[in-house]
Amino acid sequence: MRSLAVAISAVASLACAGAFADSAGGNPGPAPAHPDRSGAEVYAHICQGCHQPQAQGAAGAGRYPALAADRTLVTWEAAAVTVLLGRHAMPAFGKPADPAFVFGEVHLSDAEIAAVVNFVRSHFGNQYQDKATAEKVAALPHPIG
Amino acid sequence: MPEISPDDTAGVSRRHLLRMIGMAGGGAAMYQAMSSLGVAADSTYTGPIDLQGAPKGASVLVLGAGVAGMVAAYELRNAGYQVQVLEYNSRAGGRNWSLRGGDRYTELGGYTQECRFDTGLYINPGPWRLPYHHRGILSYCKRLGVALEPFVQINYNAYVHSRHGFGGKPQRYRDIKADYQGQVAELLAKATSQNRLDQLVTQEDREKLLESLREWGALDKDYTYASSRRTNDRRGFERPPGGGLSGRPVYSQPIGLGDILKSDLWKDIAAGDEYDMQQSLMQPVGGMGRIGEAFGRELGTLIRYNAKVTQIRQNERGVTVTYEDTANPGPALTASADWCVCTIPLSILSQIPMDVSPGMGAAIGAVPYASAVKVGLQFKRRFWEDDDHIYGGITYTDLPITNIGYPATGFHSGGKGVLLGAYIWGLDAMDFTAMSPDERVRMAVAYGNEIHPQYREEFDNGVAVAWHRSPFTLGCFGIWNDATREKHYDNLCQVDGRIALAGEHASFIPGWQEGAVTSSLDAIGRLHQRAVAQGAKA
Repeated sequence: MRSLAVAISAVASLACAGAFADSAGGNPGPAPAHPDRSGAEVYAHICQGCHQPQAQGAAGAGRYPALAADRTLVTWEAAAVTVLLGRHAMPAFGKPADPAFVFGEVHLSDAEIAAVVNFVRSHFGNQYQDKATAEKVAALPHPIG
Repeated sequence: MPEISPDDTAGVSRRHLLRMIGMAGGGAAMYQAMSSLGVAADSTYTGPIDLQGAPKGASVLVLGAGVAGMVAAYELRNAGYQVQVLEYNSRAGGRNWSLRGGDRYTELGGYTQECRFDTGLYINPGPWRLPYHHRGILSYCKRLGVALEPFVQINYNAYVHSRHGFGGKPQRYRDIKADYQGQVAELLAKATSQNRLDQLVTQEDREKLLESLREWGALDKDYTYASSRRTNDRRGFERPPGGGLSGRPVYSQPIGLGDILKSDLWKDIAAGDEYDMQQSLMQPVGGMGRIGEAFGRELGTLIRYNAKVTQIRQNERGVTVTYEDTANPGPALTASADWCVCTIPLSILSQIPMDVSPGMGAAIGAVPYASAVKVGLQFKRRFWEDDDHIYGGITYTDLPITNIGYPATGFHSGGKGVLLGAYIWGLDAMDFTAMSPDERVRMAVAYGNEIHPQYREEFDNGVAVAWHRSPFTLGCFGIWNDATREKHYDNLCQVDGRIALAGEHASFIPGWQEGAVTSSLDAIGRLHQRAVAQGAKA
């Protein structure tokens, strides 16, 4: 499947151009060289759909837990493992990218997982000082295929 | 091309021949071969369920008034059980749902959309098509008097589109299909006549193969695919034939195979060959939600709406469910019965305290939910019919919107019209979910404008449903893989004490209403057997 960088750049290029930018060359251009996305970008494009823009969570018949002022984030490892392996209905983001999977499982790199964990643990009223790194995330259990 | 093993080259390998044709044809011919081998199976639906001998006075509590829950409630009530249904929403149907003008929908996070479509226009945020072989859901349409009409899956005049192919200019499905198929047939015919396939095909099959390739690809007597009446009868004309002096046709020129391959548009031409997408497909007249509405009418006061389940307890005597009335907040309420059919999506059920075995508990927590977004767009006129001559069907694109679905009903009706402006999966769906509903609509219009430039002038209003923001499902449908099926599926589907689960998540047809129907019938059949066996004690 397309990388996160490609998808985000595609959406961003349209968003920046405005909804009705002159359609000459309206196709989103090629993705820039693939830097790992920042934690803020991963949060804004993936996590906040459920956990909400201010990480406040939401509740209906079931709920999405708030990540704001969240004491369960005290260890970065627990947060990283949740992102890697998923939890209940939350999908695993640490699987290898699978181009054949029609519903488009989403793959985040170890660096992206470290970045988003660090972002959440240092925003939304969370002030944890220690940091995850790609190397440390790589050492955690990853889901298989 | 598939690998050919040495063992097969000694004689004719029909399987390899078929595989080869299948690969070249994007799967169409392959599917035909699979069908003839009996690989593709039909729905497990075998007709109305027979639940004779229900113990007198036995009761069943059904959780969820979606398709699975209402099938269970309908059949169990008819069999003589005392039935009560608890439903979180204030309407029946669950994901079987149509948004129409005047409807309001509040998603998680608090955005409320008011649908401003004109009378009679709608969008189906959930399921939108009924394959002819989904006999279970079709039979309930018949029994409940839900009128059906054709759903158009394949429209040869709709577009296939990629950002990089043909400078981003959409191509007609008809042209790409005919030209791809014709030129692949030509290649294969050349290889055959040059005796390049001798090790794969007998002399007898060789002649038949050539003949069939000419037919399949619209090749001429020399097995060439070229501009001609024959190919134009497939791909269409530069100027189509008509009457009188102005009616002389002008032939169109095929698009080169290289350009098609580079464009990646060949990816889009086999969609209608999928078993679930093969014509004929159907849709309820007036929107998919008509099915849920019909069930709701049928069950009437058996359904208690605005009931949020918070606890599910069972012991050897029965099942007790605690719930809140979300319309009239107050003390917790309870409902009890001898048995329970629980159709609450696993995304929610995994958060509800529940007395079940460790195996079922683990299964409930093991299924992630797919992300999907649909956007309905109302336009001031049906330009896709007036300007582009597209009547129903789907345009496929590699833009994040993936689909533009044209209404298969109301052709040529004056006034406004509604398109499915986006049907998004995976990462793009998560990204769209993270937007406000207005942004989703704006983006769907911006992307769609690359295919239909009329969008800019004609757009009127829209609604966008992101399934992960749906308060009643927290996701679109359950995603299984081989490993989770192996470990958890049977545990999920076993009757656990007095509780059976049902829904698309307890089926091998995830995301389809037929999965909900067959799962429900399967579960209540087994629950009924248990009830009959324990009848005296119930």
